[in-house]
Amino acid sequence: MDINTKILKKNAFRVTKERGMTASRIRVPGGHLDAKYLSQIQHIAETFGNGTVHITSRQGFEIPGIPFEKMPEVNAALQSLIDGLEINQDEVGCGYPAAGTRNITACVGNRVCPFACYDTTALAQRIEKAVFPNDLHFKIALTGCPNDCAKVRMHDFGIMGMTVPHLESDRCVSCGACVKACKKKSVEALKPVNFRPQRDERRCIGCGECVLACPNAAWTRSEKKYYRLTLLGRTGKKNPRLGEDFIKWVDEDSIIKIILNTYDYVKEYIDPNAPGGKEHIGYIVDRTGFEEFKRWALRDVTLPEIAEVMTPMYWKGITY
Amino acid sequence: MGFHITDMQLNVLFQTWQTNYHIYAPRNFSGGGRFSDTDCIRYGKIEHADEIVFDKKSDYSFKEVLTPVSQTLFFFTEGQTKEADFPQKGAVIFLRSCDLYALKRLDDMYLHNSPADYYYQHLRDNIKIVLMGCEHSFENCFCVSMGTNVSTKYDMSIDRQPDGTYLVDCKDEAWVKQLVQAGCEQQEVIPAHVTENQVTVQVPENLTAEVAKSTMWEEYNSRCINCGRCNFVCPTCTCFTMQDLFYSENGKVGERRRIWASCMVDGFTDVAGGGSYRKKNGERMRFKVLHKVLDYKQRNGYHMCVGCGRCDDICPEYISFSGCINKLQSAMTEVTEQ
Repeated sequence: MDINTKILKKNAFRVTKERGMTASRIRVPGGHLDAKYLSQIQHIAETFGNGTVHITSRQGFEIPGIPFEKMPEVNAALQSLIDGLEINQDEVGCGYPAAGTRNITACVGNRVCPFACYDTTALAQRIEKAVFPNDLHFKIALTGCPNDCAKVRMHDFGIMGMTVPHLESDRCVSCGACVKACKKKSVEALKPVNFRPQRDERRCIGCGECVLACPNAAWTRSEKKYYRLTLLGRTGKKNPRLGEDFIKWVDEDSIIKIILNTYDYVKEYIDPNAPGGKEHIGYIVDRTGFEEFKRWALRDVTLPEIAEVMTPMYWKGITY
Repeated sequence: MGFHITDMQLNVLFQTWQTNYHIYAPRNFSGGGRFSDTDCIRYGKIEHADEIVFDKKSDYSFKEVLTPVSQTLFFFTEGQTKEADFPQKGAVIFLRSCDLYALKRLDDMYLHNSPADYYYQHLRDNIKIVLMGCEHSFENCFCVSMGTNVSTKYDMSIDRQPDGTYLVDCKDEAWVKQLVQAGCEQQEVIPAHVTENQVTVQVPENLTAEVAKSTMWEEYNSRCINCGRCNFVCPTCTCFTMQDLFYSENGKVGERRRIWASCMVDGFTDVAGGGSYRKKNGERMRFKVLHKVLDYKQRNGYHMCVGCGRCDDICPEYISFSGCINKLQSAMTEVTEQ
């Protein structure tokens, strides 16, 4: 058998431990899809694979047990999924055009969850549209609120929903629910002053617990949506570490620009001898220094007035 | 007198009102809900008819127009006080039949319950009522059971038609005159009203305070989170508390205001010496429910609850007030058979 593994990997297939067999990886940006696509996944698994499906750690599907020669047929069968999930594609019928930039994961977000500050799926899909296809190894994750159920600090880019709470003080009934919720469930950014809550802007993490707790709609959410952008968390063998805060109160447009700018930065500085052309961005930043990264990342970015950029940044983590 | 009027004719009427009145109606506060990307429908000032939300029930009632959430009564300094200013204009209030019955309850509590409440009276004296018809019952409504589904004591009624025109029944003479002069089409109008709800309640005839001893209240100890939403949305809850606050560092200048209070929220039954009655949420639920359907009636001859169902709509723990009322009969049996 003569087969170019570099090409099949780029096509979102995998070289598996079983000789001659591959697995097909299906992207589901934001981890949310119409149920009808499940039957197509079932069809592919039962027709070309071994009848099983793996739900991946990045919220996609992996269909194992596919003989290499079936890849063109699988690609054809994937077309309805690629179209339906609106995945950017170079050539119709040829499957996924890249696999380096991984599926963009998200918690369920405000389509379901009361805590979420935004529609995580919609933003995940918007980012997918902006960054895919790309061969560089980027991991992006979104979570609706600072509870961080999506564990975004384990990713290169972690996007955490925030809201600026606004108090209409004449609707406040001094019940203390917000102060208590903030203290017990969040960061104790509220204290009562003259019977009403006073918000410590520096402490507030924009979780919205005060809005959720308020029984009289005195606290409301900001019309604009804001985010905390965390940077360069990673797993892996050398130096796994949690992403650190980069910008607090950043907006969607800036996040997308920063991610796209980072692709340019990585193209410039990635180790040309990196195994498989893959190098976690964090190691590149360790080499160039954070300030150089920041210079690239913030190019042509106009941040909202309330945005706070953390600089310099340091990462910890375990070093083996 | 009944009229069939256009949106433009109604807005012309609004403009005349606005010389002397603010217009308050249920309107949509976009993004004003608890959860992100959700709205809140509550009372606010409006300018045009298209701001009024007709097709949904308001989350909060009209009562905040007459009993503001927070109302400064007077300002004080060492030897002097100054009464807070009242609004310069009166209020035209758009409300539904159940809420109009709630207004009667507010009047009986604030005006006819020994000395009239000065602050309530001041606001109450200068209002006009526009009754919004109910084409259909909303979720959790039980107005028919409470006898609040039909109202006649309004200055004008209004029903929005599918084509965007309005049917109004006008009783205010000046407004009738204006509508006639404007050449509005006259026809007989009866405000839309419901004659049945999906939810019905039956307050037991033999209900007495003995029911307090029932075990039925215990489930609310753990179910209820004492947030007070049921009180704040209720058009007939009127409890308030006083706050004296001081502006300056010398502590001699400040204001006294009264703000809404809730019998479900911590602190409501605190007394001097550190005591507190009704510590358990089930006890608070019992107090509230029996006030609405038992002891208020003993004093006034009719039930306090008007069956708007807003308490059920808003409860984050899905506790149903109407469901609770319907448990009273078996609770009475439980306590009388002991």
